[in-house]
Amino acid sequence: MSMPAIRCDALSKTYRVPEREPGLWNAAKSLIHRRTRDVEAVQSVSFEVAPGEVVGFLGPNGAGKTTTLKMLSGLLNPSSGQVRVLDHEPFRRERGFLQQITLVMGNRNQMVWDLPVADSFARNRAIYRLQRTDFNETVAELTELLDLGELMAKPVRNLSLGERMKCEVAVALLHRPQILFLDEPTLGLDVTMQRRIRTFIAEYNQRVGATVLLTSHYMADVEALCKRVIVIHQGQLLFDGALVDLVQQFAPHKTIVVDLEREGLDLSGYADSVSVDGSRVTLLVPKSAAAQTTGRLLAELPVVDLTVEEPPIEEVIEQVFSQQHTST
Amino acid sequence: MSRGFGDIYLTLFGLELSVMFQYRAAVVIWLLGLVLQPVVYMVVWLRVAEAKGGKVGDFDAGSIVAYFLVMMLVNHATFTWHMFEMGWRVRSGFYNAILVQPLHPWHRDVLANVAYKVLALGVILPVAALLAWYFEPTLQPPLWAVAAFVPAVILAFFTRFLFEWALGLLAFWITDTSGLNNLYMAFILIFSGRLAPLDLLPPILQTIAAWSPFEWMVAFPVELLLGRLTPEQTMHGLAMQVLWIAIGFAVMQLTWVRASSRYSAVGA
Repeated sequence: MSMPAIRCDALSKTYRVPEREPGLWNAAKSLIHRRTRDVEAVQSVSFEVAPGEVVGFLGPNGAGKTTTLKMLSGLLNPSSGQVRVLDHEPFRRERGFLQQITLVMGNRNQMVWDLPVADSFARNRAIYRLQRTDFNETVAELTELLDLGELMAKPVRNLSLGERMKCEVAVALLHRPQILFLDEPTLGLDVTMQRRIRTFIAEYNQRVGATVLLTSHYMADVEALCKRVIVIHQGQLLFDGALVDLVQQFAPHKTIVVDLEREGLDLSGYADSVSVDGSRVTLLVPKSAAAQTTGRLLAELPVVDLTVEEPPIEEVIEQVFSQQHTST
Repeated sequence: MSRGFGDIYLTLFGLELSVMFQYRAAVVIWLLGLVLQPVVYMVVWLRVAEAKGGKVGDFDAGSIVAYFLVMMLVNHATFTWHMFEMGWRVRSGFYNAILVQPLHPWHRDVLANVAYKVLALGVILPVAALLAWYFEPTLQPPLWAVAAFVPAVILAFFTRFLFEWALGLLAFWITDTSGLNNLYMAFILIFSGRLAPLDLLPPILQTIAAWSPFEWMVAFPVELLLGRLTPEQTMHGLAMQVLWIAIGFAVMQLTWVRASSRYSAVGA
């Protein structure tokens, strides 16, 4: 078995944050007695990612996703635990390590704000010490894939959010990194642009064989790109496995949509939750009862059409967090 | 992937210049501050000399003018702004993008400095010439002093840059460096000879200046070009600069290792 591209073992990060009550008097008091609180942003998280794998890293705001990505990319020094990325210890930030990774943060500009996009490309060519022929080849390829042609001469500050994100992704991949840490790469983008970025990431993964760890609040990103997901909540790992298994494990219901020959039939005996829209009835049934209910519906009612659906992934994730919240 | 630092430096230098071209007005306003301060001090000291019968210490009117004009140029060549900026960088998460790239951040700051200095020379040299024409300085350095002035200014720049960069790293602990910057400015104003030639300070302050890095950041190159130093004093000054650069570099590296390990990478 090949060595994992990313390996975390009991990885933890604790922040010490100042804390005080609001108001001038409390501000003055804090000058003399400074109160701090330890926040355990990531608690003993362990996982491995194989080379070439695309993994979704999911969790609500403040779950510890970005902190974990920052430890994996060498920005943050872990409080405890072990982390190896491409057999490097990220926090040492050795050139050999930084040459092989990239970190894209959806809400943060990493280009030269005042200058045309092409200048940011030139900057990265120099910093990553790329040969001009390789650089020109990569730029041509990225320009074509992401349709950057007209944007190259535009100052970064004049780009729209979608245009800027396309350029951010391109400039971050100029050195053809083997590991991509993508933190909300489609944040704030319209649906078309989200799809474009998603397609591009998938193509890059195929072409280069790069490992991708992706955080996103858009489940469409995760469904399109990731067979495997890691779910984290309040700094702790909740789930690590295939996306389909997550749905199996955490979705307690299935949705049955029935089109009937006529309106006005009472289906309340088939499920607790029933919504009616003309002759179309939607029933929410426990997963274990789905097959039996489907059989009864077909046998007992004038059914024109019937479909059984898994709940949307957003609902499943919500279910994961709400279950965890209840248990804590 | 095997291109050297020459390419990095040339490319980044060009980009820094391009950024500054975008902010021409800001560059000129900064320069006004740099020019006005020594001119004000010069006028004050000329008045003092006049009140004392034409001389203050062993400085007559011509040498006071020469002192502050050369000081203006040396201060321009050696000043940095990174200590002030460092607090903002830490608070805003600016370092997030920089630290994941394979280039130590101080290279960018050196280049930003050099780019600004080169660009601003186009303004500050004509201004210095105009002031020299109007105030008539007495400046007749020996040729060897002129030759030694160039490395002295370069070493002064690195002495000042390394100390101010290392001090700026305290932003990783105290977050806001504007107060520290102001305190530092008070020290450098007195002990680097910017407020007055060091010879005019009380002996105790002169001793402190000589044992601190400040004298070697500004006063030493200025006095060298004014022809006030012997070859022995010049060699001693250059040696002190090299010593303080070594100390500054070690302090900067140690502080950087500690600072970056406590970096909390604020902002997403």
